[in-house]
Amino acid sequence: MYGRLPIVKMLLVTIASTVVISAVMVQINWDGQQASTAAPKIDHLLNVMIVLSAFVFSLVMVMLFYALWKFKAKPGDESDGEPIHGNTRLEIAWTLIPTIIVLFAGGYSWKVLDEIENPKDGALTVSVFSQQYAWSFAYPGKEYAWSEGELHVPVDRQVVFKMHALDVIHSFWVPEWRIKKDNVPGITTKAIVTPDKEGTYQLVCTELCGFGHATMRAKVVVESRAKFNKWVDGLDQKLPEPMMKVLEDTTTENPPALGAGGA
Amino acid sequence: MVAAIKNPGWWRGLFGAIAFGAFGFGLVIALRAISDLPLYQTEQTGYPHVIVPAITAPLGFLWGFGCFDYWLRWAAGMPTIPEDHSQHGAKSWKDYFRFNTDHKVIGVQYVVTTFIFFFLGGLMAMLIRAELAQPGTQIVEAATYNSLFSTHAVLMIFVFVIPVFAGLANYVLPLMIGAPDMAFPRLNALSFWMLPLAGILFIGSFLAPGGAFDAGWTGYAPLSTGAPLGQSFFNLGVQFAGASSIATALNFLVTIITMRAPGMTFWRMPLLVWANLSTSLLVVAATPFIAGVQFMVLFDRALHTNFFDFGAGGDVISYQHIFWFYSHPAVYIMMLPGFGIVSEVISTHARKPIFGYRLMALALIGIVVLSYSVWAHHMFVAGMFSWLRVPMMITTLLIAVPTGIKIFSWLGTLYFGKIHTYSTAMLFALAFIVTFTIGGISGVMLGMVPIDIHVSDTYFIVAHIHFVLFGGSVFTIFAGVYHWFPKMTGRMYDEKLGRVHFWGTLVGTWGTFIPMHWVGMDGMPRRVADYAAQFGDWNLLISAFAFLLGAVQLVFVYNMVVSWRFGPKAGANPWRANSIEWQVSSPPPIFNFTEIPRVVGGPYEYGIPGAKHAIMAGEGTEAEVPAGEKSVVGTGS
Repeated sequence: MYGRLPIVKMLLVTIASTVVISAVMVQINWDGQQASTAAPKIDHLLNVMIVLSAFVFSLVMVMLFYALWKFKAKPGDESDGEPIHGNTRLEIAWTLIPTIIVLFAGGYSWKVLDEIENPKDGALTVSVFSQQYAWSFAYPGKEYAWSEGELHVPVDRQVVFKMHALDVIHSFWVPEWRIKKDNVPGITTKAIVTPDKEGTYQLVCTELCGFGHATMRAKVVVESRAKFNKWVDGLDQKLPEPMMKVLEDTTTENPPALGAGGA
Repeated sequence: MVAAIKNPGWWRGLFGAIAFGAFGFGLVIALRAISDLPLYQTEQTGYPHVIVPAITAPLGFLWGFGCFDYWLRWAAGMPTIPEDHSQHGAKSWKDYFRFNTDHKVIGVQYVVTTFIFFFLGGLMAMLIRAELAQPGTQIVEAATYNSLFSTHAVLMIFVFVIPVFAGLANYVLPLMIGAPDMAFPRLNALSFWMLPLAGILFIGSFLAPGGAFDAGWTGYAPLSTGAPLGQSFFNLGVQFAGASSIATALNFLVTIITMRAPGMTFWRMPLLVWANLSTSLLVVAATPFIAGVQFMVLFDRALHTNFFDFGAGGDVISYQHIFWFYSHPAVYIMMLPGFGIVSEVISTHARKPIFGYRLMALALIGIVVLSYSVWAHHMFVAGMFSWLRVPMMITTLLIAVPTGIKIFSWLGTLYFGKIHTYSTAMLFALAFIVTFTIGGISGVMLGMVPIDIHVSDTYFIVAHIHFVLFGGSVFTIFAGVYHWFPKMTGRMYDEKLGRVHFWGTLVGTWGTFIPMHWVGMDGMPRRVADYAAQFGDWNLLISAFAFLLGAVQLVFVYNMVVSWRFGPKAGANPWRANSIEWQVSSPPPIFNFTEIPRVVGGPYEYGIPGAKHAIMAGEGTEAEVPAGEKSVVGTGS
């Protein structure tokens, strides 16, 4: 009975629609400027998802609108449709194919996740402190030289941010880096970024932290290694006492890296 | 006056609330006085003289209103009042304002009450969008803004979407399975009356010093443990709403398992019954977790138990694990009953059996099982153990499979049918397929850890949850209300106004929530009163569509109210549906059936000559049954 459906034509329209939607949507730069090595990887994953999603969406739309056009009852028609209860092969197909698609998406995501969080030797460690409603940063290599409200990092070098919250949960997000991590009171959280484009960006708090949440921002400067070293040398404040205490209290790292004791 | 206090009702309820409230207040003051403490403790997390009465006064109201009378008499060994059915059925509108044990009355009470909360929550959404129309703060200051979106979400989730489904099912489910009422009618009435109390506690928090709770509906510790008094009202309101849902879910489980009409095997239950069975399984096991975690927050605040106090050995992230262990299944608690409604509506209006009925039922069970194993996908950036992210991602993505089965099965149901789109219910059911597909797709994207790291806690999340909760759940709620309106009221609604409401809602939903995906990916965080100027134009557009969406709901109210009063009389079965609730009058008689129907076939046997789902009183003879049974046994073969 499915022979009565123009299955080939429906598939062709689905594919055409997928191509058109994907072609338009992949062109648009949804996530904004890219300024870290993780950004192109995440954006590429998003584009792959856009193509897969365009296919699923087109398929559903073609199936729906063809049915509405073809099987709409004539006014006054009180008869019933054909008593079809199902089709085992079709049901197996629409269980298995989506399973394959989502497992592919999961596997690919896992690969990208491993790549963007892969630690490298020679990384710079920066301690991040958040409190209602301000950010500050300390550079352990310089005996905890301390900067309030302004984060500088060198370009093309992996940075490991070790994050501490002093009061409630805050979240560290630089949209151009595509990296986000909550700062949680009582534990140290970690994020890895390799900025690859010089410039000035904004650090945004993305976890509701009180009435000042919307304005809890910091300036982020990515600059050449020489400029960065000069800037750090120019820092004359040392880490204040309460933050030093937080550092000492929360030396255990949470979460541990994959396969490094915690897994 | 004395009689008014003696007999259960509003006066004794008021008396009970005042008396129990005064007792709670007095107890706190007396204990503090003999302990040589200052009588009033007004640190912002304290106020025991407010918190304790906020527990006792609602209980006093429930006692006074008569919710416990029968049980108390029985427990005390007093002669119980013989059931004279005076608490059953509604003869006038006044009966809807009494303690009533009739599932049909309770169903209407639920739906009307929850829609009142829907409109209050909607008004808050309008204020939120007015504030966000321009960058900067214009209408409300940041702290009030936080209270507004927190209360908006809490009203919509706890006293609208979850209970309105319980209300619709309360009305139609016993009818559908051929039962005269729910299994525990008094418990059913108690469940309903706890609900407005929860809503009043949520809204009443605006009167608390420091304003309404403002830590989001998620109420993450330690923001919530240190928040002003309003947060305690949230903690308590969740208890009443949670107890109400748990009791209702138990009631549904027992009703469905034990009270089906003879012949209604599990594989002959309508999918709405399957959906409520699955939902109830989620509610009874998951809801105690949110009740527990809100008690832990309340105890941290009032009793210094330090569950989440990081300075005293507490663990901040454990709040999120416990909270999401409920709140992810809650997403399905808010969606599965809607799946059931859509199945009923589509099958009826396409004049076709549900395509793949058994797989549809199994998909519901699959979602129930999987939904317990995905909670940590809300925590990919929360700082939890990193290895946990990958298995949670895989289970999250896999849950798209049973959901996809449902979408494809609804589409399959349409094929070779006779699709009627004159009913607004069918329009909402069809539009639901489209919007829910988009919400599902963005959900799969969010399940992928690297994408989630970027868009977590941005407007992309706001867009996603509104696509699944408004474009998903609320569309199915509208479909359900329109579909069963003739059954519940005995009158027809106006399809022209229904269409205006439908198209306005569809355009409003898409216009409001589609652009939110874009501003979120581009860098706008959620839960902010103020935002970067670059997002200004999009937000103005979003607000304009949001106001359209809000305004068009007034058409719905007008249609419902006027049609209920003046609409043309509805016949027993205006949609020519097969399930049992349509085989009795509209509205149904007091105990639903003069004689319990006998079920002889599946619920969706459209197009099979002579097929019958159930034999009603006075219909058919014994001799005819085997023939009918023979022709309609199989489904999904």
